[in-house]
Amino acid sequence: MAVALVLVLVVVGSILFHILSPWWWSPIASNWGYIDQTLIITFWITGAVFSAVVLFMAYCVFRFRHREGVKADYNPENKKLEWWLTAVTAVGVAAMLAPGLYVWSQFITVPDDATEVEVVGQQWQWSYRLPGQDGRLGKSDNRLVTYENPLGIDPDDPYGQDDVVIEAADLHLPIDKPVKMLLRSIDVLHDFYVPEFRAKMDMVPGTVTYFWFTPTRTGTFEVLCAELCGTGHGYMRGIVMVDTEEDYQAWLDGQTTFAQLSAPTTVGVMDADEP
Amino acid sequence: MSVILVFLTVVIGFSFWWLSHQRLMSKPWLEHGAALPTTDVSYMPTAKVALGIFLAVIGSLFALFASAYFMRMEYADWQAPPLPAVLWFNTIVLVLASIALSCAVRAARENRMDITRLGLATAGLSSIVFLIGQLAAWRTLSAAGHFMDVNAANGFFYLITGMHGLHILGGLVALARVSAVAWRETYCSARVRLGIDLCAMYWHFLLFVWLCLFILLAGWAGDLVAICRQFLA
Amino acid sequence: MVDATPHAEQGVPPAETPELELYHPKGWWTTYVFSQDAKVIAIQYSGTALAIGLVALVLSWLMRLQLGFPGTFDFITPEAYYQFMTMHGMIMVIYLLTALFLGGFGNYLIPLMVGARDMVFPYVNMLSYWIYLLAVLVLVASFFAPGGPTGAGWTLYPPQAILSGTPGGQGAGIILMLVSLILFIIGFTMGGLNYVVTVVQGRTRGMTLMRMPLTVWGIFTATVMALLAFPALFVACVMMLFDRLLGTSFFMPALVEMGQLMSYGGGSPILFQHLFWFFGHPEVYIVALPAFGIVSDLISTHARKNIFGYRMMVWAIIIIGALSFVVWAHHMYVSGMHPWFGFFFATTTLIIAIPTAIKVYNWVLTLWRGDIHLTLPMLFSLAFIVTFVNGGLTGLFLGNVVVDVPLSDTMFVVAHFHMVMGVAPVLVVFGAIYHWYPKITGRMLNEAMGQFHFWVTFVGAYAIFFPMHYVGLVGVPRRYPELGDVAFVADSVHSLNAFITIAALIVGFAQMVFLFNLVWSLRYGREAGGNPWRATSLEWQTPTTPPPHGNWGAARPIVYRWAYDYSVPGAPEDFIAQNDPGPQHRGAV
Repeated sequence: MAVALVLVLVVVGSILFHILSPWWWSPIASNWGYIDQTLIITFWITGAVFSAVVLFMAYCVFRFRHREGVKADYNPENKKLEWWLTAVTAVGVAAMLAPGLYVWSQFITVPDDATEVEVVGQQWQWSYRLPGQDGRLGKSDNRLVTYENPLGIDPDDPYGQDDVVIEAADLHLPIDKPVKMLLRSIDVLHDFYVPEFRAKMDMVPGTVTYFWFTPTRTGTFEVLCAELCGTGHGYMRGIVMVDTEEDYQAWLDGQTTFAQLSAPTTVGVMDADEP
Repeated sequence: MSVILVFLTVVIGFSFWWLSHQRLMSKPWLEHGAALPTTDVSYMPTAKVALGIFLAVIGSLFALFASAYFMRMEYADWQAPPLPAVLWFNTIVLVLASIALSCAVRAARENRMDITRLGLATAGLSSIVFLIGQLAAWRTLSAAGHFMDVNAANGFFYLITGMHGLHILGGLVALARVSAVAWRETYCSARVRLGIDLCAMYWHFLLFVWLCLFILLAGWAGDLVAICRQFLA
Repeated sequence: MVDATPHAEQGVPPAETPELELYHPKGWWTTYVFSQDAKVIAIQYSGTALAIGLVALVLSWLMRLQLGFPGTFDFITPEAYYQFMTMHGMIMVIYLLTALFLGGFGNYLIPLMVGARDMVFPYVNMLSYWIYLLAVLVLVASFFAPGGPTGAGWTLYPPQAILSGTPGGQGAGIILMLVSLILFIIGFTMGGLNYVVTVVQGRTRGMTLMRMPLTVWGIFTATVMALLAFPALFVACVMMLFDRLLGTSFFMPALVEMGQLMSYGGGSPILFQHLFWFFGHPEVYIVALPAFGIVSDLISTHARKNIFGYRMMVWAIIIIGALSFVVWAHHMYVSGMHPWFGFFFATTTLIIAIPTAIKVYNWVLTLWRGDIHLTLPMLFSLAFIVTFVNGGLTGLFLGNVVVDVPLSDTMFVVAHFHMVMGVAPVLVVFGAIYHWYPKITGRMLNEAMGQFHFWVTFVGAYAIFFPMHYVGLVGVPRRYPELGDVAFVADSVHSLNAFITIAALIVGFAQMVFLFNLVWSLRYGREAGGNPWRATSLEWQTPTTPPPHGNWGAARPIVYRWAYDYSVPGAPEDFIAQNDPGPQHRGAV
């Protein structure tokens, strides 16, 4: 009796916790509402299966618990029932997978008008690079990283000269403009994670990874690192501010370009540090 | 990961073939009685079955090394070292060891003790020569400056040949034990025959692995992949 | 009914095999220490696994204390936290669960359940344990190494695993970790060959594959998978050791650490992740399949009913085993690998849910019209189903590539894998120990202590990990020693964290009661007799309990039926043992 009751309580308690608890995802600030919807579909389907299985079990425990003189049924299998259950499960799985794959195909298809923003992770801070006037990011290499050139931008690449470098400071993004976040790391794996944007991706030294999204609400959002990157992992925080177009331009005008940053000493520094 | 997946497909295919002979579709609750169909426990010596499974594990190990090799090869800094010429000689020596063991297997079956011993000795000696040859190949490479930390391709060369050499070395221990018994006994007991069979199986497999590795390290496997890719594109 | 007895006599190896090549111990040392008896080895494996598991349990307390009450405990620095976390994960997954299910239960149950006298290679089996012990000792040694154990996370992702920004990265910690894993794999391969070959070659007369208990099927399939998957970890460990000690660049790209350009270049951290998860995902099923098998037998025995859909259960185990090799990259959806892989791996991952779901249905359908005895093993089995279904279903969130994107690397993942491969298999371990302890020792475990242990563990573990999903949903990342004040996290989440910590401490305490029960019942437990659960499978039919070396006395048993003849209509008792020839033969054979 008690066991059946506890099983029922587990189901009821879990559902009540889900509905009543204040702990839910932070309000979305990007275009990835589809991800949230897929998640909701999954919650419904899995919640129904969980409740059904456990309640069925509770009923069995209550109804068929041991009584003197009662013998169990002898029933090795029931082909029809098993195939039915398989088919129903397959339909349920498909109902989760299909929207999932559909949204994933959107997730990996970057719109053509997305502006590129580079995020550079290093132990344990975030830096950023914007493509500047020409709209293109210059080449970069970890081997070129020096104190004066913290992001390892190739000084010989003309596209790199006007790149806006934001070292260990806040990133600003204009609202409602799709951005392609190019992710790069100087040292170890990091992961650019802003819970409100829903999207994230690891940054891998040696390659450039990416994801895209469109900020849909202005405000200040915290950046966290979501891939273990050493002792300071838990303290690797940053700020992303989503601005209106005017605020964004005002902020952008106050930033320095790579050329300005390295103008007086570029040549000498490079010669000295070439391995 | 394509190499390991191909390898696993073969292993899983073999397992399913074996399982398909185990009456997986039967309804056990309808069969009462001490049924033991002929397909049940096999008459193969247990040690042979065990060695077969162990070889699958070794195969998986080297298939994974090959997979890693191919995946690492895609990166820009890859620069394969030149193939030391001594590897050709080593390959021939290892083939010789395998042939010698095959002869030993046959001779043991016909109970010709002297040829059996000759076969075992030849196999052992040529395997040792093979190992020395591999060391010579390492020396050639390092003398030319192809050290392990210069390029990942060099690292793979030392790592993979070393791993293969260790397996030969382990086999030599087993071979030495079988040989010791073969020298002590006057006729080929079942035990010696089984031991020689197992050694032969192991050596043939390691020869096969070596030939694959040779193709891999010589760069022909990479060329083949490139050609296939072009063909597909 | 098909009766196969008459024509089975020709060409069959004799059942009365003498105790052929068993090495009989001559003294105390070879009986209890360097024993070649699979049952003794099983106990050694289990004892060592539980001992090191206890260390991991204490580490989890320390982590929970830090998470629940950040800033209160000065000695838990971020370095220490990461070291605790790494060691806790590695010990639990490899050195506790894998070793316990395969080395412990596999060694004890396989020979007994298939009617063998011992494993086929007892000497190799013994070596397997001693190498495992050495691996554990090397692991423990890393706690005392300068710089402490590695804090790279149990996934050991390079580059950070071997760099100075990670605890133990430039010290001995990571080296000892890798060496210990390599040793473990070598030792395991020796044992694993034994388990597989014993099932293939060592079965007694009449024990066809389709008459084997599902426990054997589960352990057998898991061992085959482990034999093929562990080489991937071996390769990854060896290559990482080379990178760390010899300066190769297999996994290490050009990078600048703390303003210092390292000499590495061109390597691929993703390559490591592929190798690691090629082992790591099958590893989940290496732990789960034995649990599936064992729980099937527990439910069937204690519900006095044959397992529903035995054939489907066997096929599902095999299919899960094969499929688990093509889902590995679902751990890498946000790793930066080619995004197209997401389609393939999400599909395979969700497909594997189907055979798994069939297993769940068949467990609960076995209860239908059963005669359910609510014994401790049954209670733990029921709890297993609840937690496994819960954890399995959240796997559908994480396996579905796009849903994984916001949830990956949050506490949701932590809650999911603890529920599905922590709590669920451990509940099976407990159920199995309550079930087989009488066979191993001849005495029953104390019921009152067992009830206390069960209720606290089940309810407590659920209270720890169910709310934790919602911590992750809020967006709290995993592997953070403290979160601090973050705008998107309400203060109430911190209270929830404190609640989880208290629940964890209580559950941990209940395990002490269990350990005490194990020792106490050894002496004061009720005498069990040979077959206290009135079970059908062979291990309960040994002539003496506990079974001696060689298991079967003069003759090995002959098997006449499958392992699930419970409540057969017309039979005088509610079970018929596997070696019972049945009424029509009982006189003749």
